[in-house]
Amino acid sequence: MALRRDWVYENNGGTCVAIAGSDYCVIAADTRLSVGYSIYTREFSKICNLADKCVLATSGFQGDMKALQKNLAARHLIYQHQHNKQMSCPAMAQLLSNTLYYKRFFPYYTFNILGGLDSDGKGCVFTYDAVGSYERVGYSAQGTGAGLIIPVLDNQLKSPSPLLLPAKDAVTPLSEAEAVDLVKDVFASATERDIYTGDKVEIVVINASGIRQELMELRKD
Amino acid sequence: MRPSWRMRTACGRRAGDTLFDSRLALGNFPSTFEIKRVGSNSVEAFEKLKLLSRATLAFIFKEGVIVAADSRASMGGYISSQSVKKIIEINPYMLGTMAGGAADCQFWHRNLGIKCRLHELANKRRISVTGASKLLSNILYSYRGMGLSVGTMIAGWDEKGPGLYYVDSEGGRLKGTRFSVGSGSPYAYGVLDNGYRFDMTVEEAAELARRAIYHATFRDGASGGVASVYYVGPDGWKKMSGDDVGELHYKYYPVVPTPIEQEMVDAPAA
Repeated sequence: MALRRDWVYENNGGTCVAIAGSDYCVIAADTRLSVGYSIYTREFSKICNLADKCVLATSGFQGDMKALQKNLAARHLIYQHQHNKQMSCPAMAQLLSNTLYYKRFFPYYTFNILGGLDSDGKGCVFTYDAVGSYERVGYSAQGTGAGLIIPVLDNQLKSPSPLLLPAKDAVTPLSEAEAVDLVKDVFASATERDIYTGDKVEIVVINASGIRQELMELRKD
Repeated sequence: MRPSWRMRTACGRRAGDTLFDSRLALGNFPSTFEIKRVGSNSVEAFEKLKLLSRATLAFIFKEGVIVAADSRASMGGYISSQSVKKIIEINPYMLGTMAGGAADCQFWHRNLGIKCRLHELANKRRISVTGASKLLSNILYSYRGMGLSVGTMIAGWDEKGPGLYYVDSEGGRLKGTRFSVGSGSPYAYGVLDNGYRFDMTVEEAAELARRAIYHATFRDGASGGVASVYYVGPDGWKKMSGDDVGELHYKYYPVVPTPIEQEMVDAPAA
């Protein structure tokens, strides 16, 4: 593929999901890495802990994903040296958007979701396109299985738009345990119908007491 | 005869010079040098880029400027979001609308807000709408031909009164009193041009804008979501309303029970 000079990307498949709650955030991604019809590995993590309240999940081209994560991790370290504190999630969200846009004419082929807690301790999820347009949302899915997952999340979690005036309250009513269950269900369903999603799902939960991780098995076919 | 690839990088370097402005100290802007490495259609090949499919409009009337927009974003035929903020607040008395590529609009509007603030600090007075729109259009002109997609209106109130400019990624900049941008704009223009009078009250003008956006979302599949209406007056901008267009439909065209012409009656048990 890379012998062609005009197409140097590769789609490694995979799906990422994130749900924001009133005091928690759940981020999940499957662990399969594929090229075309081949599975290269079943144990590839698409999730990166950028800060103690901020986690990035990426689907798309994993070469660009690694480069992007290293870039962000380095910028975060510089920030910590200069400001003597960790970056907040909204600050990291803006940094990621700018990092993606700086390569507007040779983009990172990555579809990112950034999840974490904002400075008030409420869950926040930021969803991106490949060149850095971003939006804070209550839940999101990106990747090859996103089209299968988003309708289910819309059905369960859709809340009044933040643009409405007079404003209506827009908080996900689910508890942390219910949100994790929903994520597991949604991945199991996506695995049934998307060839690039499967093997295992890595679920990361961020709340006031820290970051917790669990793995769940999915179909390996 | 210089080879064509050299001309491309030369063009890129010239564009880059206007951006590597030491006063701004904002780091690197999108590097145009890399455009040749992948081929100019690399970005188009990413069909999944988010587009602000759009119905945005703005007009000047006696009391100030009204700015309105829908909130849908699409990636091809897929609706990627129904709650995108397409009207952004550059500063308390100036608004910008977004249409075209979502990332392009978000990035360059934020950049414009930064430049406006720096102008205020350097000159101890607010920037005019004329000046702000010129700053943006000069940047977009320098990236002309490289695939940016931005169709924006800059609306505000400065010392000369209400101001409205349309700026796009072809490098065009137009001063005017009524604009509508996006795929839903023909429908919005129809309603807007029909109902427009210079001497409307603020509520009448806001209602006209809301109707125009509603009609654009009704007929254009690429527009929808929430219709937001803002008013810019001498004291700055104020958000007038944000209504879900699905609910606006039933408010404007409530369900009327159809009159029954013939009623079927059960046959009597013989």
